[in-house]
Amino acid sequence: MIKLDKVSKKFATGVLALSDITLAIDKKEFVFLIGPTGSGKTTIFRLLTREMLPTEGTIIVNDWDVVKLPNHKVSHLRKKIGVVFQDLKLLLDRTIFENVSLPLEVAGVKPEEVKKKVEEVLVKVGMLDHKDKFPIQLSGGELQRTAIARALTLSPEILLADEPTGNLDMATSWDIVNLLSDINERGTTVVMATHNIDIVKKLAKRVIRLEKGRLMRDDKGLPDDSPHAQGGKAGKKEDHSSLKASDDVKPMTDKSEGQRKTEEKK
Amino acid sequence: MKFLTITWHNIRRSPYQAMAAVLVMMLTFLAVSFFTFLLTGSSKIINYFESKPQVTAFFRNEVKQTNINALESGLKDTGKVASIKFVSKQEALKIYKEQNKNDPLLLDLVTADILPASLEISTIKIEDLASISEMLKASSEISEVIYQKDIVSTLVSWTSALRKIGIGLIVVLSLISIFIVVTIIGIKISQKKEDIEIMRLIGATNWYIRWPFIFEGAIYGTVGAVIGFSLALLILWYATPFLSTFLRGIPVLPVNPVFLLGVLGAELILAVIFGAFSSFVAVLRYLR
Repeated sequence: MIKLDKVSKKFATGVLALSDITLAIDKKEFVFLIGPTGSGKTTIFRLLTREMLPTEGTIIVNDWDVVKLPNHKVSHLRKKIGVVFQDLKLLLDRTIFENVSLPLEVAGVKPEEVKKKVEEVLVKVGMLDHKDKFPIQLSGGELQRTAIARALTLSPEILLADEPTGNLDMATSWDIVNLLSDINERGTTVVMATHNIDIVKKLAKRVIRLEKGRLMRDDKGLPDDSPHAQGGKAGKKEDHSSLKASDDVKPMTDKSEGQRKTEEKK
Repeated sequence: MKFLTITWHNIRRSPYQAMAAVLVMMLTFLAVSFFTFLLTGSSKIINYFESKPQVTAFFRNEVKQTNINALESGLKDTGKVASIKFVSKQEALKIYKEQNKNDPLLLDLVTADILPASLEISTIKIEDLASISEMLKASSEISEVIYQKDIVSTLVSWTSALRKIGIGLIVVLSLISIFIVVTIIGIKISQKKEDIEIMRLIGATNWYIRWPFIFEGAIYGTVGAVIGFSLALLILWYATPFLSTFLRGIPVLPVNPVFLLGVLGAELILAVIFGAFSSFVAVLRYLR
């Protein structure tokens, strides 16, 4: 389903974002992509959606050769991949319903079908009651759910979630992870980039670990601290503690965007 | 339909920019309509004069009827004349009174004595006007000869100058409109940069993003053209009584409604092309 073969990405500034990454993700898998800030998690997502091209290597998504994909086909690729962006990328001047319906409109779905599909997805993420609200009226968790709903509207086979719990408290984070897990159980391949090591530990799923653009670890279906996953490598525990220290979950409350902005100003 | 809805939202969200674009388009199409009316009218007047091969000769005051008759028969003998009409001083006064019936001051000032008697001569062929005119000028009984060639050539030179001024003005205004619409659409694209980026990331094609902007330009052009044309029509309607008096006998007014609809149709097509082209330039420039 997703295959990266010797993929490297060097930015114009000279920064090496990814170096010689080779990995494969099967259909219906749930994969955690972990690593500290700047390790290359978001870069992988951006490469998968052809937001950028790799400096070297091959990327295959659903039989599409992403690197060789002609520009006019990029929109087709993006319709096949649902993405929950790190900064959510919701349109602030549109309601939740309008935000979630956007991919369907872009895909040319008829209005009556749009309404049906959006309501269906909003029910799935528990946001139907908020459909007429604007993003500024919602809490962090609700915004995440909206972003997930938007990513799901076109029923993609792959869902990429970039730090979907990044700004949330533990309870809300678990809500989101359970939602993604549920989506995965219904047959969608889910790749979730996260800092939240507690979630990774408790949800026995495959973990891909990046550090400074290099693939440090790739195991399947094992908790990150299990002896099998560590593979008896020396220093693995230290790796975890260092990851915890540098990427601790921020103690965020489930406040609305408006409240947070007001507090930031203060 | 979806694109039109997005376009309408875009226009509503920045009404002042929309107004600026419509006003500049309106100015351009006001000029287009105005010069179209003017040049069409002029060309009709020229056609009218060209289709009437006529010479008017004014007699001196002291001329005797026998001399007039002699001149008339001399002209008939040339075989070039289609008709000759003698207009006496009294008839000239009658015509003058009819033309100025609404202006008592002008009527009081004029008597039959100061109006000259005249001969209106139509030739069979337009090229014979010159020789008849020369013959009349040679006669000692005639004080002045007017024939259409002079009027037509004066009108042609005026029309040509008007056409040049009109085309120049329209070209300049069109360029200004295009640049302003390009700038306005460019600003709108910049304002919506984040939205556009999001739409691209969720799979919108380039044309899905471009169409609403192109429609927006076309709408500015269309609305501008309708207002510009309506204003020109209003001016024409207001000036019609005066122009009708001025152009008495020349079948220019009232303007044929079919012709007006034709002008409006052509302007609308031009407006859509203008607006859409301007937006397209902006889209190519700012939406790569």
